[in-house]
Amino acid sequence: MADFIVSLLTGLSSAAAMFLVASGLSIIFGVTRIVNFAHGSFYMLGAYIGYTLVQAIGSTAVGFWAAVLIAAVAVGAIGVVMEILLLRRIYRAPELFQLIATFGVILVIQDVTLWVWGSEDLVGPQAPGLKGAADILGKPIPEYDLALIAISPLVLVGLWALFKLTRWGTLVRAATQDRQMVAALGVNQRWLFTGVLFLGSALAGLGGAVQIPKGGADLLMDFNILAVAFVVVVVGGMGSVFGAFWAAVLFGILQTFGIQILPNSTLVLMFLVMAVVLIFRPWGLLGMPETLGQAHPGPPEQPLRPALPRVRILGGAATALLLALPVAHLVLPQLVGAFTLVLVIEIMVFVLFAAALHFIMGPGGMVSFGHAAYFGGGAYAAALLVKFADAPFEIAFWAAPVGAALLAFLFGWFCVRLSGVYFAMLTLAFAQIAWAFVFQDMPGSVLRTFGIADEFGAPLKITGGDDGLNDIWPSAWAGTRIAYYYIAVGLSVAALWIMRRFLYAPFGYTLRAGRDSPLRAAAIGIDLTRHRWLAFALSGAFTGLAGALFLFSKGSVFPTTLEIARSFDALLMVLLGGVQSLFGPIFGAAALTWLNDLFSVLSYWRFLLGVTIIALVLLLPQGIVGFAGTRLGRRLRLARPEEITA
Amino acid sequence: MRSSRAFLTTTGAVAATAIAASVAFAPASAAAETIRIGDINSYTRLPAHTVPYRQGAILAIEEFNRSGGVLGRQLEFISHDDQGKPGEAVKVAERLFARDEVALISGSLFSHVGLALTAYAKKTKRLYIAAEPLADALVWAQGNRYTFRLRPSTYMQAAMLAAEVAKVEKARRWATIAPNYAYGKDAVAAFQRVLTDLRPDVEFVGSQWPALFKIDAGAEVEALKRLEPDAIYNVTFGGDLAKFAREGKLRGLFEGRLMVGLLTGEPEYLDPLKDEAPEGWLVTGYPWYDIETPEHKAFVAAYRQRWDDYPRIGSVVGYNTMLAIKAMLERAGSTDTEKMVDAMEGLSFDAPTGPITFRAIDHQATMGAYVGWTALRDGRGVMVDWKYLDGAGYLPSDDEVRKLRGGQ
Repeated sequence: MADFIVSLLTGLSSAAAMFLVASGLSIIFGVTRIVNFAHGSFYMLGAYIGYTLVQAIGSTAVGFWAAVLIAAVAVGAIGVVMEILLLRRIYRAPELFQLIATFGVILVIQDVTLWVWGSEDLVGPQAPGLKGAADILGKPIPEYDLALIAISPLVLVGLWALFKLTRWGTLVRAATQDRQMVAALGVNQRWLFTGVLFLGSALAGLGGAVQIPKGGADLLMDFNILAVAFVVVVVGGMGSVFGAFWAAVLFGILQTFGIQILPNSTLVLMFLVMAVVLIFRPWGLLGMPETLGQAHPGPPEQPLRPALPRVRILGGAATALLLALPVAHLVLPQLVGAFTLVLVIEIMVFVLFAAALHFIMGPGGMVSFGHAAYFGGGAYAAALLVKFADAPFEIAFWAAPVGAALLAFLFGWFCVRLSGVYFAMLTLAFAQIAWAFVFQDMPGSVLRTFGIADEFGAPLKITGGDDGLNDIWPSAWAGTRIAYYYIAVGLSVAALWIMRRFLYAPFGYTLRAGRDSPLRAAAIGIDLTRHRWLAFALSGAFTGLAGALFLFSKGSVFPTTLEIARSFDALLMVLLGGVQSLFGPIFGAAALTWLNDLFSVLSYWRFLLGVTIIALVLLLPQGIVGFAGTRLGRRLRLARPEEITA
Repeated sequence: MRSSRAFLTTTGAVAATAIAASVAFAPASAAAETIRIGDINSYTRLPAHTVPYRQGAILAIEEFNRSGGVLGRQLEFISHDDQGKPGEAVKVAERLFARDEVALISGSLFSHVGLALTAYAKKTKRLYIAAEPLADALVWAQGNRYTFRLRPSTYMQAAMLAAEVAKVEKARRWATIAPNYAYGKDAVAAFQRVLTDLRPDVEFVGSQWPALFKIDAGAEVEALKRLEPDAIYNVTFGGDLAKFAREGKLRGLFEGRLMVGLLTGEPEYLDPLKDEAPEGWLVTGYPWYDIETPEHKAFVAAYRQRWDDYPRIGSVVGYNTMLAIKAMLERAGSTDTEKMVDAMEGLSFDAPTGPITFRAIDHQATMGAYVGWTALRDGRGVMVDWKYLDGAGYLPSDDEVRKLRGGQ
């Protein structure tokens, strides 16, 4: 019994930090509809600023808690700066575009933090007055855990009072429910948004600062908390503070008892729970369905038209240039080095990956946060066939798109029933489950339970876990750099063309109809779910093809090909290029891959890349292809006169 | 109009930055006399571990160049970030060989990055000297002619700890806690195997597997307490170790129990804990402050003078890696890859930590590790009663190694 109580209290205390971070994210999303990826960075900044302040003034109990509060306010102020300088300028951009702006902020904050505080992990000092352990039924439990358990209900009550009892809170609740109506009533949304960003960021900073005595500050905190925060927010219901509270409590307790019963479940438990919750309650525990009229405020999307003659000529010229590049390499090796070919192969892999994601994201309106599952999943399908069936390259290669399509078919069945952010988070959950599957080598572990193991009793290596599958190369005829270059370029250009054909066929029109008006599409007898499901599987197949090209160009595959960061890379490429044009993902993927290669040889390259992304976002709020819609682009006959956006 | 003008300005600015960057970092048109060494490591992902490595390596390179270089040629160290991603590391390797014309590549910390480069070295028949990745597969299951490894592997370090434990302690009920990925799993498996061989009476009652860098320390400590072990084998490190050590102390986990920690004594992991460093744990690590050999004292003095900082385990690994490359080049007399590989096999050289040999049978170096007990001194964690164990004594038999390498 005493053990049970202590475990329960332990779970509640780890719920506290989760709740603080998640509530801030939830409030920001609820009002502004911005998916703020920089939230984890604010949490990290809260920890670092808090650490510095605690060192300076935190030797007494009063000083310690003052330091924590000042850190939270400081981080709130940083959130305000981000809102005024950055987000405010792009509220009217296509939905989710703000996401890449916040991603640029992540990169900048990472390098600034490294520069200011150095690379060594900072272990936080303990809180004065709460250094010991309390005795609960004869078992020790840290006093600070009890303080944390008290803090989160206090914050919850404070937020409740703020939202229920003040005029500002009433406006925030109104904006969460129907933003356009609030605007119509003459409320100045700018200040509302600025205030919300302050509150949300300060909560993230508070979360980072209060966990100092439990841990400290390190440079990996931002990404580590981000996924957790999103899961808590989504399970609780986006925009619901009470939902976030109960979800945090649920996860805190599940985690504590989960690792006692299944010590191996640490990687996947949260995502499994999220998948189950979303399948049965598509809007989370306490969330509400999206109200109509809540669509994003930008101008309606232009219909797809055939490309202008000049655009066709440019596309043809680019393809010809790609095909001629190896010849140039042979004739003028000083000008076109061998590495240029390597880089172009890599760019084409990511162009294909981004275009396949765009296939469902742009015309389909389905934003996937977990597309790496099909990229890596395809690569693993091919690699496993090589390793365990000795399949030749020519056959194993095609196992990737087929395997990825089957995986997308399976996951898609669940996902396509959801929409918006909930769809995105369910794809993320499935991607994390797939990642854990290969990362923990679940097939090998299952075999062991049937007594099939290696001579030392260890699980057989099937996916190889973190060590991956190595030494998988194309056949001799395809193994030279130039041969593989033509394979990669040829297949990705062909795949791009096929996807384009799909989107200009009735299938593509149906997809867009479903995106723009699901109600009307259903009313004319379209089975939307089935179309979305098919599109999802097709996108998976093309993503798997990119995965195969990646695998055989690198010679090995690791769980990193399925991780969240890889999914986000593709998402960024689509958004940066411009989600409203079929050319967007091509430009976005090429630009990001090239910039990454260019900058990554410098120290503090993340700062440079982040600043570049932010600059591009501010100047081209329609993405890179938005350039065609500017007056200059129109003058160059890259867009029709009516497509001017700026 | 405003928008397109603004667009042109930024495009111009971005393009100018890009061009300036490519010009600044294009290889200085091959000064054929210098020998270039390509370095790949996770400088942005884990700077706390990789930057000391680079500093140690640069210190060695500068020393060589001051004393006339190698084979009469100066050495150049070209260092790039792999972002902690295996695919990126392979791309960086291609860039180093194709554009920078390096003679060989070395470095890396993460096991999966090291394994990707191992496969790449085999395919392209270029030399790769893995400095820090610990995965056993690197020299065994995936081992090949073109890959060598300096640092003692997971198996070697775990075997050292198990052998020491078997000598001194009577603990029978063991629990383990390790990060939930390949390194953690291998470290637990190797320790269990060696300890069970030496002491058939021990019993492993349970294992905890926190996610790497996401430990829920309070919950893990409670779960370990429920197992009621006599002794606990810890593989967590970094921020996870700090949280585990603090929660374990507060919740009374360590009282009356033998604690054993893999890598826990390395300054990278022990120093951030300051006066909360665990006391009385049996660990592997690097007690740079107490190593009194003249070679090592000279190394510490030179390192401090060059970097105004004390060495970490990464620093000495970086330094030793460059010493190995120098000795190899002198033995090979050339930068031809096949000649360099032949020179690496069986190569012996003296390092600040003692003599090291690259075994011909599996390309693993015999660099050892320091094993001792943790204690507090002047408000910081140190290792006491330590000894240096040569790696050669903690490797499986040659027959077993041949079987593991599958005749490669």
